[in-house]
Amino acid sequence: MKADAFSLPAESGCSAPSEREVLRAPVLRERGQREVFCGLTGIVWLHRKMQDAFFLVVGSRTCAHLLQSAAGVMIFAEPRFATAIIEERDLAGMADCHEELDRVVDRLLARRPEIKQLFLVGSCPSEVIKLDLGKAAERLGAKHAGQVRILNYSGSGIETTFTEGEDACLASLVPVMPASAPDAAPQLLLVGSLPDIVEDQFLRLFAQLGIENVGVLPARTADGLPAVGLNSRVLLAQPFLGETAQALEARGAQRIDAPFPFGAEGTTAWLKAAAQAFGIDEMHANSVIAPGRERAKRALEHHREKLAGKRISFLPDSQLEVPLARFFATELGMEPVEVGTPYLNRKLVARDLDQLPESTRISEGQDVDRQLDRVRADRPDLTVCGLGLANPLEAEGLSTKWAIELVFSPIHGFEQAGDLAELFARPLRRRDVLQV
Amino acid sequence: MQLSVWTYEGPPHVGAMRVATAMRGVHYLLHAPQGDTYADLLFTMIERRDARPPVTYTTFQARDLGKDTADLFQRAARDAYSRFDPQVMLVGSSCTAELIQDDPAGIAEAMRLPCPVVPLELPSYSRKENWGAGETFYQIVRHLADRGVRPAPREARRPLVNILGPAALGFRHRDDVREVRGILDTLGIEVNCVAPLGASPADIARIGAADFNIVLYPEIGDSAARWLEREFKQPRTKNIPIGVGATREFIAEVAALAEVDPEPALEDGESRMPWWSRSVDSTYLTGKRVFVFGDATHAVAAARVAHEELGFEVVGLGCYNREFAREVRDAAKLYGVEPLITDDHLEVEDAIAAAAPELVLGTQMERHIAKRQGVPCAVISAPVHVQDFPARHSPQMGFEGANVLFDTWVHPLVMGLEEHLLTMFREDFEFSDDAGASHLHAHAPSQPIRHAELVSASSPQPDTPNQEEDWTPKQVRGDGENSIWTAEAEAELKKIPFFVRGKARRNTESFAAEQGRAAIDLETLYDAKAHYAR
Repeated sequence: MKADAFSLPAESGCSAPSEREVLRAPVLRERGQREVFCGLTGIVWLHRKMQDAFFLVVGSRTCAHLLQSAAGVMIFAEPRFATAIIEERDLAGMADCHEELDRVVDRLLARRPEIKQLFLVGSCPSEVIKLDLGKAAERLGAKHAGQVRILNYSGSGIETTFTEGEDACLASLVPVMPASAPDAAPQLLLVGSLPDIVEDQFLRLFAQLGIENVGVLPARTADGLPAVGLNSRVLLAQPFLGETAQALEARGAQRIDAPFPFGAEGTTAWLKAAAQAFGIDEMHANSVIAPGRERAKRALEHHREKLAGKRISFLPDSQLEVPLARFFATELGMEPVEVGTPYLNRKLVARDLDQLPESTRISEGQDVDRQLDRVRADRPDLTVCGLGLANPLEAEGLSTKWAIELVFSPIHGFEQAGDLAELFARPLRRRDVLQV
Repeated sequence: MQLSVWTYEGPPHVGAMRVATAMRGVHYLLHAPQGDTYADLLFTMIERRDARPPVTYTTFQARDLGKDTADLFQRAARDAYSRFDPQVMLVGSSCTAELIQDDPAGIAEAMRLPCPVVPLELPSYSRKENWGAGETFYQIVRHLADRGVRPAPREARRPLVNILGPAALGFRHRDDVREVRGILDTLGIEVNCVAPLGASPADIARIGAADFNIVLYPEIGDSAARWLEREFKQPRTKNIPIGVGATREFIAEVAALAEVDPEPALEDGESRMPWWSRSVDSTYLTGKRVFVFGDATHAVAAARVAHEELGFEVVGLGCYNREFAREVRDAAKLYGVEPLITDDHLEVEDAIAAAAPELVLGTQMERHIAKRQGVPCAVISAPVHVQDFPARHSPQMGFEGANVLFDTWVHPLVMGLEEHLLTMFREDFEFSDDAGASHLHAHAPSQPIRHAELVSASSPQPDTPNQEEDWTPKQVRGDGENSIWTAEAEAELKKIPFFVRGKARRNTESFAAEQGRAAIDLETLYDAKAHYAR
């Protein structure tokens, strides 16, 4: 379904490359060992976001162990995700995989009657044995029709990297979104899972701007799935949603080109792009945006002293790297040394990429050992990296920031700008404070 | 297919990583997709290791599948060798690579790498982490042990032993090794090597120099030790020195194998546990109901300590690793309980609810279960959590280990005098149930977490009420629904301190059912109390 996810972008899809783009050194493309989570990890936040959805991974013990380790704590007795672990008898053909899956799903749905959406999530093993989960979803969906919506997507590590799992999940929802009426009023589609508190802030701002018809993908419940059609304007809240954006465009929606809503400036530009797409009066838009923007700027001031002039490197992780580097460079005066990203979607991050300093090295893909060699040579003041690499780098005397917090904590929008800066200032402050 | 939410064990290649990471000079080349690299964080975050595990993942992708993943493996092998310069390379597949059948062993052999290569066959779809660790260690020993190395003549030298089993991500392995080394020192026994933890391939080569092997963790060390017993005629120890009694037996066993006097090690002035347990303050520990679950070795040891050395009553015993189920079954007979052999945590949760223990000794999984049920818990076994790697020395083995067990198992309980005060002043607002035990803070919610109720409520109920199985946490906690309790008896029940109330309710209701009483009034409540008086 997503077989081309890793193929290199054929040509830059950038609509209007700026002059600075031309001056920048070419993107460093790496194809060695990757050290990133697979797309299954997205389940950890997606199942909190969609409160009547269940995620059933069809995979191996490794998949189950990954989810458990990435989730960190096991606070829920029965969380809304689980793994149907493929066993030897399934592989040996002693058990029919589809029959087994039906059995597991029937039991699950009987036990959890509150579930309204079920995602069958493909994994590396299920992809390799070519277990057709699309067919399974269709069959089971018909069986449980009217009760549970059953969809499928792949979160496998051979096809998806970390946040691409969310992309695949949201893309799987697009075909079941209702079609909007031909004469429907213009609709804003906010796309990408955000913490509820942030989503509500944005919805309040859209209402104040005068954008009345707003749909959110993913919706918090199954019946909240918004309609889509020629009247839809898509505003991405996350930069890793390329496949979802394409699927929405295929259903007639148009994407609003904007930088991503981080910090005072990013959020302002993002909201203004939406306002403009809906023909909102500029004066009015400014007056709605101004209070939040001012608060964000004040909050950022607290961290400027700690962060300005500091050199920062991003290791490839969530695809949030380019927009975040833009925020730290333009709003806090940090110097991005290397910005690594698992996949560079030039079209979606164009507005952020444009604003990065020329000196910044952009890398796509990974060869983790060579990347660490570069980090050691660059010796940035702060390295943003995955959990597997953080302590080893700290032990070498390099301050680090766990990238995973960026997908687990509220960082978008005006009211979170200070928190986002704080996440990055804290390791540096801690280093100064400690005398042991 | 098996539906799994939380797992006690990872896949077998994670077990192999625990061995590779524990050793020096070893590199593990794992044919695996990128998602499998999550395993690094187990070591760098949970154990706070300051270096990446010595593992190279080939991270093949979908686009590589049609082409040559074997070529990718070769390239990764060459790169890993030249970058890390290992003395030994382990090669193998994770679950996905097992399916594409690239034969890492064959490829690595054909490459003629300039270092020994140990191929690992770890069937991911039938085996698990502990087995993977044991198998990996066995293969390393089998491939590297120099058959020409045998013990020197015993004259004019001290006895020499190997300590087998400690690994990375082990539950207190670091501290146990220090305790056991201390015992050996006292006995005048020298250590040839500790493995896998801290061992180099050269150490493994010289493993045959020892007179015998001490197996601390059979889950990891037993296969290798049995092979060494067969091939090198090295005897192996069978006692696991957890608890005072077991430590004394271990010392006697080791001393006998080494032909030395055990006495110096048996007289340990630092062994406080026996007196702590005999002192009057510990009287209140008598007959406390304890549920034990963990890996087989730790569970069996903990049950013995609980029963013999703390005077607890073992009301449940089980393990998640089937490979060692026999040991648990044998032990369960001693305490007259049904052994629970399962890796399904929901089954364990139900069993704990049914047993209504006053203390749970388990893994991090049982810690969560106990928290939801409002029962105190102490952790005795892997799977591990960042808290299981304390900064201080905190062994489970040896006499100091027994001291640690006393502290960590007894402290979560309501203390002796406090228990009396709670009983005397149960109507007092400061001693009310909502206040909870004074020392437990957030760990003992006075209102059990809502989710536990959901679990019991959504659990399938047997059609015919079964005396043993029908006890869900909801009922044990006394929410009063469908109750045959009179209001007066129900009110009286609420005056009983919360930590014994579940037991009182359960006993009273069993008693009422046995006696065929239709309602439970004050009479029934106190008749039951007399009936169960111990």
